[in-house]
Amino acid sequence: MGETEEVKLLGVWFSPYAIRPKIALRLKSVDYEYFEEDLFGSKSELLLKSNPVHKKVPVLIHNNKPILESLNIVEYIDETWNASGQSILPSHPYDRAQARFWSAFVDDKWFPALKAAAITKSDESKEKGMKEVEGGLLQLEEAFIAISKGKPFFGGEAIGFMDICLGSFVGILKAREKLKGEKLLDETKVPSLCKWADQFLSDDTVKNVVPEIDKVAEFLGELEVRAQSAVSRT
Amino acid sequence: MGLISDEYVRLLGAWPSPFVLRTRIALNLKRVPYEYLEEEDSLNSESVLNYNPVHKQIPILIHGNKPIRESLNIVMYVDETWLSGPPILPSDPFDRAVARFWDVYIDEHCFTSINGVAVAKDEEERKAAIAKLEMCMALLEETFQECSKGRGFFGGDNIGFIDIGFGSMLGPLKVLEKFTGVKFIHPETTPGLFHWADRFYSHEAVKPVMPDIEKLVEFARLKFNTSIFK
Repeated sequence: MGETEEVKLLGVWFSPYAIRPKIALRLKSVDYEYFEEDLFGSKSELLLKSNPVHKKVPVLIHNNKPILESLNIVEYIDETWNASGQSILPSHPYDRAQARFWSAFVDDKWFPALKAAAITKSDESKEKGMKEVEGGLLQLEEAFIAISKGKPFFGGEAIGFMDICLGSFVGILKAREKLKGEKLLDETKVPSLCKWADQFLSDDTVKNVVPEIDKVAEFLGELEVRAQSAVSRT
Repeated sequence: MGLISDEYVRLLGAWPSPFVLRTRIALNLKRVPYEYLEEEDSLNSESVLNYNPVHKQIPILIHGNKPIRESLNIVMYVDETWLSGPPILPSDPFDRAVARFWDVYIDEHCFTSINGVAVAKDEEERKAAIAKLEMCMALLEETFQECSKGRGFFGGDNIGFIDIGFGSMLGPLKVLEKFTGVKFIHPETTPGLFHWADRFYSHEAVKPVMPDIEKLVEFARLKFNTSIFK
């Protein structure tokens, strides 16, 4: 087309939400400039200017237009570079609705439960929270079996929307296993998801995008200490 | 083989729900014939549990025998399945991303604040929720000006995704206005939204399904046993 495309991505290395657009951009072979935001420091001017409402990453800036919220960005990438690479969202409206439903489940229910259970100091809340997380994984196992129909990913032969959504948390799950010996991806309980998680991490588009598990584990440990000391101060 | 869009459509809903309203407006816009089933007690309804075991909530659209859940999901599904009739989401990817962003904002901030005002335990909590809601209105007024570009709706000349997302909240907002005395949508502070609301209410896809405000007021009085509704 001859038009110079300027694509910038603002993120933080640790954030599962920032991983999502990175995977999507790789799937579409789109070149972009990456800007690392300071997780604990002050927000950059570019971030404040492009996301004044929420001041959060990730933000995709395409030819000076900001697109906000990770799954929104993934859909935008899919629609904008639709001639390149495979489709990220399924083509059938019902399958798209399923992908959106389960990704909302992951973001609005499942991961918040994991986060809350991780930082709470109450043993009772932790136990209750982890039960909810495990229950959620069982539901996701069922959903995966129904949606993948024997293929390696939610998206079928190749990574799709739901793979990107849940896959962005696999690093954290594996890091928690390393850090706490907590086996959420348990082969005896969620065998299909375990297989899927390994396939996801070894996929070419994901391999160099997801941070190293050891680095994540170290950072998670640091985060939890900070969060718990914040909780005890209130 | 028949068209998928010809398969039988049912909607499980509850008349006071703004989320159900969204789906009815979308179906009306596309002139989709459907059977509406009122679920008065959705938490204990067998159909609801059967079709939405994860969240046990309405609305649920059942197309053929496939359930589609969550109001914005349903609106998008309707838009993508019934291609004749006006498009609900814009065609440009950036405009679509903007539309999706604002509807999420409306659910996560606006609706949460509306609820916050209704369930506030004391005057301080209520004041905070009211202030938050007023901030939402100011932001949406700006958004309206940007998106409508001088035309009648967020979607331009026709009702679109943000119109449906926010318009469904007009009923609950009016109920709160009645009980708090605060005018959230006002010709001076939010002129764009004020006139937009009238246009939205009188739209042919909206008018027949918008719940009666007096009925909503009574419903709120019974549902929320907090001080502002007494």
